[in-house]
Amino acid sequence: MQSVSEAASHRFRYASGSLLSAAHLSVTEVSTVLHETARISALAAADRASILRGRTIALLFYESSTRTRTSFELAAKSLGATTTLVSDKSSSIEKGESLKDTGLTLRALGAECIILRHSAAGAPFVLARETGLPVLNAGDGMHEHPSQALLDLRTILTRLYGLDRAHSVNEHTLDGVTVSITGDILHSRVARSNAMLLPRLGARVLLCGPERLLPEDALGLGPGVEIERDFDRALAKSQVAMMLRIQKERFAGLELDLDDYISRFQLNGERLAALAPKALVMHPGPMIRGLELTDEVADGSQSAIEEQVAHGLAIRSALLARALGAGAFERVRA
Amino acid sequence: MSDLLILNGHLVDPANRIDAPRDLLVRDGRVAAVEKPGALAGVETVETIDASGLIVAPGLIDVHVHLREPGQTYKETITTGTAAAAAGGYTSVVAMPNTVPVNDTAAKLEWMLDPARGATVKLFAMPAATVGSMGIELTDFGALRAAGAVGFTDDGKPVLEDHVMRAALVAAARADVPVSQHAEDTRLTGGCSMNAGPMAFRLGLRGMPIEAEARIVERDIKLLREIERAEGLRPHLHVQHVSTTRAIDAIRQAKHEGLHVTCEIAPHHFALTEEAVGDYDTHAKMNPPLRAESDRARMVAALLDGTADCIATDHAPHAAFEKRQEFERAPNGITGLETALGLALRILHRGQNLPLSRIIELMSTAPAAITSLEGRGALGQGHFADLVLFDASAEWNFDANTSRSKSRNTPFDGAEMLGQVRYTICEGRIVHRV
Repeated sequence: MQSVSEAASHRFRYASGSLLSAAHLSVTEVSTVLHETARISALAAADRASILRGRTIALLFYESSTRTRTSFELAAKSLGATTTLVSDKSSSIEKGESLKDTGLTLRALGAECIILRHSAAGAPFVLARETGLPVLNAGDGMHEHPSQALLDLRTILTRLYGLDRAHSVNEHTLDGVTVSITGDILHSRVARSNAMLLPRLGARVLLCGPERLLPEDALGLGPGVEIERDFDRALAKSQVAMMLRIQKERFAGLELDLDDYISRFQLNGERLAALAPKALVMHPGPMIRGLELTDEVADGSQSAIEEQVAHGLAIRSALLARALGAGAFERVRA
Repeated sequence: MSDLLILNGHLVDPANRIDAPRDLLVRDGRVAAVEKPGALAGVETVETIDASGLIVAPGLIDVHVHLREPGQTYKETITTGTAAAAAGGYTSVVAMPNTVPVNDTAAKLEWMLDPARGATVKLFAMPAATVGSMGIELTDFGALRAAGAVGFTDDGKPVLEDHVMRAALVAAARADVPVSQHAEDTRLTGGCSMNAGPMAFRLGLRGMPIEAEARIVERDIKLLREIERAEGLRPHLHVQHVSTTRAIDAIRQAKHEGLHVTCEIAPHHFALTEEAVGDYDTHAKMNPPLRAESDRARMVAALLDGTADCIATDHAPHAAFEKRQEFERAPNGITGLETALGLALRILHRGQNLPLSRIIELMSTAPAAITSLEGRGALGQGHFADLVLFDASAEWNFDANTSRSKSRNTPFDGAEMLGQVRYTICEGRIVHRV
């Protein structure tokens, strides 16, 4: 049979500085983002505020968000940019305006970059194609959340190796590190972005969850990704245990026995002490205490959940500088 | 004086087992004579076509097109859709009923088939099997058949309920036409927008499992068997746009058993795989979806080994603004009338050594038989002079901007084609020439 690559004629182009998928970033680019994150974090507030002074950034949110929206907004403001927030609930989107037209409107109003959260997978690709602007994917349906993977990476590097070694990576930085991601993998964009990023830096990623929330198709995320259905076994191998929320809002008729789920997959103090007393505990939020993990674990000394949020602010500052070709990215663009 | 003389061409007419140089005389819209070269030399005609280097074949017939009229004429009209058909070498097309309103009464069918609609080629239609294609109450098969129906279908949707499909097959058998089934168990495909599998998982899209297609095909075959036994009727099931190995295997088995099952395969299902979705290219979104390479290869094999009866385009025009949106929101379907022959010749004829006569059988003779189009799909004396003349060795690239269709939603923009249509002749009239 002949090989087929018919539709290769459809190659789309995106503005440089866009971040649509973690898979689009080379290891070198990841390293550059981490380096710029460290540099910006070390700047005095006044210097930081000059990086994007006079620039305009739009936040376009079709789904609710606390952490991502606030950290992108605060990051943009700390760099001196003007921001505007458009959400589906209080805009012409409610009247049926298309994503394309909404994007063109924001561009006409001066937006130089759009941060998009959307319930449809691939929506940031559409927006980037239609506007030609750099677009940062702040979560698209069940697809990806690349800035989350980067902030998770910085959290892991900082905790495992120290802050001074969190400013660069290569293909071997995470050699010997096993990261388990447990829970509702099927609906998780965080899982997909991390699974597409961390193995390229040397990590082994173990996906863990029941069949319904973790189909075998997940192995297609790439090399370095494995499935381990037994949570205790996954935990025992983990240097990092990433827990995920059950996303009931995306279940679409799927049913799950929560008591059974808790008994098999909840990260509680007993499990953690017995199987992974030194592992780093992470959660992208929002978390449901008492379901995927217990209070004692969420607030315990192994938890890096609050640090993740703080790293989010730092990473997103660098991503905004990258999107607008500012700071360390000025030369790169020229 | 005769109308048209076609000289020096190579005639491929599978129904009459001709694959040889022949001259052809057309009179009053019909084939008046088919003779060996030179025999018609002295005949005076209004027009003579020198078909040197061209294949002369019965005009292509597409049993599955969406012409969008009435109701969605911003996507396509009967005039523009049939013009695209003529450009693609088609002389007959069968319009699906999912217009707005749904074509489910004799009055609507007659309106659609009225010459006032401006069809360039011969237009046939399959009206809805159920009222409003709602899957509940059968339409009036007798009245619709009398008004010209060549089959019944709720295309775009399946006839889902067992007892409704059974009744449709019985009524269609009595009217001596097929029920053309869009085989999709929609209970398994809610919210899905591409083929299920690793690619859908990676893209975060819900996937349509192959079982959704196979289950309906298997259920319908079971109904055929039951009806043959219980009613003494011989219903004809035509399975639309088969895309999975499991469904094609079920069809093969049913044919073996002697049941009256036919099926079609769309060019995109033998040309493309789910990889074409790429980064959410809505021109690779259709239903059934593009499948894995193993399924694509099986569709090619089915066309080669005869399990597949015909090629049908599922020509489904959509406006640019509808396709230029979120993948999950964009409508299903692509245009196909102008690229079907070029893809079939390149992939099946050149790529797989499928003889030209078999290509013509798949694209003309067999579709005519499936829909019982009297006097079409063959070029014997007295048949309609529905002809396509094409240069089978011409290589070209399809340019969507030159399409006669009102819409441009095709994944084949820029794609390599083999075989260029030079003339399309419908009932003796030249409806397209290059």
